[in-house]
Amino acid sequence: MSPQTLFEKLWQRHLVHEPRGVESTEPSLLYVDRHLVYEVTSPQAFEGLRHQQRKPRRPETIIATADHNVPTTDRTQGIADPFSRAQVEQLNKNCEQFGIREFRLGDVRQGIIHVIGPEQGATLPGMTVVAGDSHTCTHGAFAALAFGVGTSEVEHVMATQCLAVPKMKTLLIRVRGQLSAWVSAKDLILHIIGQIGTAGGTGYAIEFAGSAIESLSMEGRMTLCNMAIEAGARVGLVAVDQKTIDYLEGRPFAPKGEHWSAAVDYWRTLHTDAGAEFDQIIEIDACAVKPMVSWGTSPEMVVAIDEMIPSLSGSVDSVKAEAAATALEYMGLKSGQAISEIEIDKVFIGSCTNARIEDLRTAAAVVKGHKVSQRVKQALVVPGSGLVKAQAEVEGLDAIFRDAGFEWREPGCSMCLGMNDDRLQPQERCASTSNRNFEGRQGAGGRSHLVSPAMAAAAAIHGHFFDVTKMFEVCDA
Amino acid sequence: MRPFKQVESRVVPVDRSNIDTDALIPKQYIKSIERTGFGKYLFDEWRFLDKGEPGMLLEQRIPNPEFTLNMERYQGAEILVAQDNFGCGSSREHAVWALEDFGIRVVIAPSFAEIFYANCFKNGVLPIALEPEKVETLIHSALSVDGFSLLVDLPSQLINMSDGESLSFSIDPYYKLRLENGYDDIDITLTKLDQIARYEQKRREQEPWLFTV
Repeated sequence: MSPQTLFEKLWQRHLVHEPRGVESTEPSLLYVDRHLVYEVTSPQAFEGLRHQQRKPRRPETIIATADHNVPTTDRTQGIADPFSRAQVEQLNKNCEQFGIREFRLGDVRQGIIHVIGPEQGATLPGMTVVAGDSHTCTHGAFAALAFGVGTSEVEHVMATQCLAVPKMKTLLIRVRGQLSAWVSAKDLILHIIGQIGTAGGTGYAIEFAGSAIESLSMEGRMTLCNMAIEAGARVGLVAVDQKTIDYLEGRPFAPKGEHWSAAVDYWRTLHTDAGAEFDQIIEIDACAVKPMVSWGTSPEMVVAIDEMIPSLSGSVDSVKAEAAATALEYMGLKSGQAISEIEIDKVFIGSCTNARIEDLRTAAAVVKGHKVSQRVKQALVVPGSGLVKAQAEVEGLDAIFRDAGFEWREPGCSMCLGMNDDRLQPQERCASTSNRNFEGRQGAGGRSHLVSPAMAAAAAIHGHFFDVTKMFEVCDA
Repeated sequence: MRPFKQVESRVVPVDRSNIDTDALIPKQYIKSIERTGFGKYLFDEWRFLDKGEPGMLLEQRIPNPEFTLNMERYQGAEILVAQDNFGCGSSREHAVWALEDFGIRVVIAPSFAEIFYANCFKNGVLPIALEPEKVETLIHSALSVDGFSLLVDLPSQLINMSDGESLSFSIDPYYKLRLENGYDDIDITLTKLDQIARYEQKRREQEPWLFTV
């Protein structure tokens, strides 16, 4: 057999039906192994099932939890917002009616779906994973073909266990060399998006490979794949290696006994074969990546901490220049301003991008022995799951954050999109470890700057963006 | 789903790139468990000067007179033209529900985000990708010519202009078939139940750990 890319292997393995000929009016039908469901994009899908008197084909493949709408403060009183409460209660009812496993509020396993899937071992190599959320690409870190879908497709997957999907092209992003100390997967993916743009990956499944990717932990790989969608790609992938297998062993949903060894044997084949061809290849030098900070209202509007906000007024691309001007006006910034001089009002450490234990460890290592700047009105740490929170507390990370002046919260999506009460007020400026700096994303009129956990922690301490690598230079010398 | 054959309408321009689904329908409105009623919140933060919350009546809101969708000359437009990477960001189908409920049946842009693009076809909305220069011309016309209209014909895959000129567009044949006939794709997939069962049997042998519950 001719050499195959990882994507091609996963695609072929899941084809239930393949169209004949390019002019065929039939789509490729892909089988779905794992479906993650949450409160926002599912109620209309369940309603559709009821309306058509259908049932989920394999309810045991679905795992549900509430994450987008949940309060991150005291939960003993339930959810105060009537709309949020109704949506979460509806999820509970739907899961009960259709026999779906749900981790409810109060269950230590509750958390952001893209954190709990891998944490539970419910995301496995070689699976197809879907969810009604664009950041489903996160799970590609485990060599799972994982992508976000809309609500109609949520219903389609529940009813048929399949999805009609146009085949993606393949893009290899090879990252050579190694990332410097305190430069993380978040900086790398922001750097990549800055290079290829927010539509650079549209139509592609991206595979991340190369020495820098091999060196990343599973958490780092999840951060990387999580933001493939911010480069336009529905799918991000990393090949299976020993780290993948070690991460999964013993997790509740991971295979056991003889199934485990058979699974590991299969998983070890989930990499791109030597000589396989990609539609496009991009080379990135990891050594050139610095801590990154976004300055605009699109993730591609990003520069390194030691740079200035660029001037695009002379750009040949008038659409880009206009977009930059609009973004700067919204952000209250000017081209030529040094990134390190931008002062912040709030800090958010959390989200499906950066709320895993490693993220919290890194941020805590920066924060330790420091205080949050007087300038900063609020600094939040929102763990990605109840289990991440518990682990962090065992390690004493919560105490480090609290002592420094951070608030230590309950798990959920929180200020990444501000569906609960954790929001920016108009014109408030936030150093955020989340994934989108769109207008109003974290609250109407709010100004978001995307950064890594270490950079968010450094900004919290200094009250403005600060090169975290400089905080540790003395120790390194 | 409502079948789509042809739409003739004036054209409303939103001359921006990277229009994300948060902009199309802000977070506070996607707490609804219904599938309808999102049109009044379309482009909420750009269309209105006050801060919107679910349940607010349109009459209470302060429209932004500078936003094209609020301008008299674009009222009733069923065709929207915008710049590249339209519909990026969140997968929320509420963005398409809002467009459709508002009355938009066609979106023309140089490029679309994939999830948004797929969502359109589930809801009787036709996204058309055209070369950037052609989109630029359409935006220019929509901004400068009062009452600028187009006739979008799906069967012939043509956009006809009043001066007799036309632009052709491409579309996946399966997507076209579904949209033209308003087919429910769950129904289509359910015709392949035998094939799905055979596939499951094969996978059960290959990867039994996926079938142990």
